[in-house]
Order: sequence, then C-alpha cells, then structure tokens
Amino acid sequence: MSTSDGEPGFIERLGRRTASGVEEFGFGAALLGEASYWIAVGHWRRQPVRLDAVIVQMMEIGIFAIPIVSILSAAIGAMLAIQGIDTLRTFGAESQVVIGIAIGVTREFSPMITGIVVAGRSGSALAARLGTMKINEEIAALTVMGIEPVRFLAAPALLAMVVMLPALTFWSDIVAMLGAGLYVTADLGITMQAFFDQTLAVLDVGDLLHGLAKSLLFAVLVTVVGVLNGASVAGGAEGVGRVTTRAVVHSIAAIVIADMVVAFLLTR
Amino acid sequence: MSTPSTSSATTPGTAEPVIEVRDLITHYGDRQILNGITLDIRRGEIMVIMGGSGSGKSTLLRHLLGLEHPTSGCVRILGSNLASLSPDALIDLRKKMGVAFQGGALFSSMTVGDNISLPLREHTKLDQRTIDIMVRLKLEVVSLAGFEDLMPSELSGGMIKRAAFARAIILDPKLLFCDEPSAGLDPVVASAIDDLILKLREALGMSIIVVTHELDSAFKIADRITVLDRGDILMIGTVEEVRNSANERIHNLLNRRFEDEPINPDEYLQRLTGQSA
Repeated sequence: MSTSDGEPGFIERLGRRTASGVEEFGFGAALLGEASYWIAVGHWRRQPVRLDAVIVQMMEIGIFAIPIVSILSAAIGAMLAIQGIDTLRTFGAESQVVIGIAIGVTREFSPMITGIVVAGRSGSALAARLGTMKINEEIAALTVMGIEPVRFLAAPALLAMVVMLPALTFWSDIVAMLGAGLYVTADLGITMQAFFDQTLAVLDVGDLLHGLAKSLLFAVLVTVVGVLNGASVAGGAEGVGRVTTRAVVHSIAAIVIADMVVAFLLTR
Repeated sequence: MSTPSTSSATTPGTAEPVIEVRDLITHYGDRQILNGITLDIRRGEIMVIMGGSGSGKSTLLRHLLGLEHPTSGCVRILGSNLASLSPDALIDLRKKMGVAFQGGALFSSMTVGDNISLPLREHTKLDQRTIDIMVRLKLEVVSLAGFEDLMPSELSGGMIKRAAFARAIILDPKLLFCDEPSAGLDPVVASAIDDLILKLREALGMSIIVVTHELDSAFKIADRITVLDRGDILMIGTVEEVRNSANERIHNLLNRRFEDEPINPDEYLQRLTGQSA
C-alpha cells in the first residue's frame, strides 16, 4: 500500500479522503441537528436564538441580494424565451413557449440561480466570518463565556437562510416570468395580460412548491457547508481565503447535485 | 516539582485550591504535548505559568478552560471535574471564569461596549440602563472610560487588551485567565497591563492565572510561578525560589539561553542523510 512510512500510497490516500468526506457529512448532520435544537428549545433553556441576530442575517442574505437576483432572473427568463421560441419555431409551435418557460423557471431556474447567488454572496461570507472569528480566538472566547457558538452564530444564519432563500426564489419566479414576458410579447405580438393568463393556466401550485422545496434544501446546504468550512479553518488569513473558496465551490456543487436528485425523485 | 510546603508572606489567601490538575496527559495528533501535569492553584493567588514556545503552556491553558479533552488525567475547577460536567453545569461554571485572550478576541462586528456587555446580555435579565452602568464601571477599572462606542478596529493594541480584561471581568468571575497579556506591547504599555492585573486581584480578589513567556512580567506579578518545559513541570515556586533555582534548564530559561540538545553523532548523521534505519 505504502512505499515507505512517510508517503502514503494511492489506496491509503483514497481511503483517508473517503473517511474525511464521510466524517464531514457526519459533522454537517450534527451541526444541523444542534442548530435546529437551539432554534426549537433554546428559549426554554434560557439560551434563545436572538431575533435581532436573525434579522441582521435576513437583511444580509435576502434583502441585499434582491438587485442581483432580479437582474439574473430577468436575464434567465428572457434567455428561456429566446431559446424556447427559436426551438419551437421549427415545429411552428411558438405559442407553446409559455409552458416551457413557466415550468422551467419555477421548477429549475429560479431555485438554482437564487441558490447559486446566495451561495456566492452569503455562504462565502458565513465561512469567511466564522473562519476569521476562529483565527482571532473569538469562537473560543464565546465558548469560555458560556455562550454556545452554534446557537449564537450558526442558528441565526440557518434560520435566516431557510426563510430568505425560498422568499428570494419566489421573487425570482416572478421576475423571471416578467423577463420572459417582455421578450415573448415583443416577439409573438401578444399582450402581457395574455402572457400571464396563459402562464397561470399552465402553472400548477405543485410546480411552484417543487421549486420552493428545493430552495429550502439549498438553504440548509449553503448554511451547513459555509459553517463547516468556516469552523475548519487553519493557517491564518490564507486559510480563511482557502475555506471561503472551498465553501462556495462545495455549496454550488451540493446545490446542483441535490437539484438533480430531487428532480428525479419528485418527477418520477 | 519542589512545591513550597510553607506558605510564604507573598502568597496570600488560603491553601484551598481553586484549580486542581492531576496527571494531565494530552496529545496533538500523535505528538504528546503534556506529560502528566499535576498542579494546584490556590484561591486569591496570581499563578504565572511560564515557559518558552513549545513548552505546552498554551495547551495547558486550553485544558484549564475546558476547550480541549485530555488523553488522560483530570482538571477540576472550583471543585468540579470538567470532563464529567453536564453542558448546563459547564455553562454555569464558565460564568465564574473570565478569559483575556492573547489577541483580545473582541468581536470585530460589535462596539467595545457591546463586546463587554455580551455576557450580561446573554446570562442575565438586567435592563439596559443597569448594563450600561456596569459596562462603564468596568471600563473605569481598566482605564478605558468613554471608549464604549468605538469599534475594536479603532483601538490600539494595549487598549484592546484592556477592553478584553473589561469583558473578562464583567460577571465578576472568581477565576481570571490571561493568555500572554504583555505579548506584542511596548515595555511601558506592557508594564501598565501588569499593574492592571495586580490591581484587579487587589480590588476584586480573584485568583488569576497568567500564561506568559515574559520574565519581567512574570517576576513582577506572580505569587507563584510554574515553569513548564517540553510538557513537564520543571518547578513550582515563588519568584525567589525560581530565581534561585539550581536547575540548569530553569537557569537557561531565565538567562534566555537556547538550550542545545547534546548531539548524538549517529543520530545526527541519520537525520542529515534522511535514512531512518
């Protein structure tokens, strides 16, 4: 397996990687459990999750992300309309583009793009903040003050994330549809009113919930990945940079893979 | 090792220990850091834990604070074994301990005042006016009156340490831990921090544990000194006893002399050629 004591062989490295990967899953589950525990019963144990901390996080994660989410959603809506009309024109079925847009946006594009934007904005910020705090011994300071770091730092972020990410996704649904509508009305010569009537006719509440349920899952993934990476920081400022990048890459990967799995499970 | 049996005049308080460490053995990965530390810290004394880098003094501090789990042995604080406490009991115990970290560890997103009042806001139901008064009171103690609305980034190194002390003593703890209080400060400011530690003991009667590698500071404030070297306690004694120690390693430490390992030629050759056998 290994050629000498100092250098592990391929199999050993693979084993170690796998073990640490599984370990990280375990930490993630434990963290999620602990944060949910504090949100649920912290109040009765006189260790409440502070509402003001949650609101600060909500502003940061949700409200300040509205401009960028709006721009990207409108662009994606228009993009779907352009591609949809172009493809359907081959069959002379341009007017059917609405169903493709409505389903595509609510089920896939809005949850995914919102998740990715929030992972990039807030997942990274969470990892960077926690990483810096760990390096400055602020996490240790919290612990020795008898203040649970998970309750004080992770739980408000989790709560804010699971509220704001679905809310942002819903907003993204509307804006993307609006973006698509602008192109469709111009290209096919129908009114905005007609576009929205058609959209509402083809759209099912289930499609909307499909997307919102996924965004809830993405919220949990982004928080857990951000917190775990922030908490695992080692090696000073350089380490903070490393875990921040890692947090973004891992949460986007987690979002895309989870999306695929959920889409498979829910559409079967 | 040579624990003084007689309580000298410079050792105030009773012999009743507030911290008992028994046969503490710890590892970092495969490396053993502390090789069976046994140590008592008495009520009301200033105990300085001294040693060079790599002596294990920071590790010992983290164990005293319950931030790490020992491989074996135990740490008892105010009579409670840290390893066997329930989470709630540990939180209650921690309200009786204050810690001033080396870099201050102030929360950079909060003002100085919010930093200092955080333990009050989290652990008590006091109203805001009372909290404000208590914060100002502690800021007076550490000579930082009027700085409560500044952010930590606006403070100098010495002021950050003072603010950290104010936060550490906000709940009037029985035990105060200081990690390298004078590290990174110029001599005048460092000396002022030493005076502050003496003043805190005088005014609030806490037991204070100081981890440092600064000799001047250690000799100035200590009632007793524990000298750590490579994970072992070389001696525990009063300032005089440590100064007059005949132990060669202590002598070297006091004279800031780097201690060379006696060289074994065969081992040396193996190290250089990188061959293990």
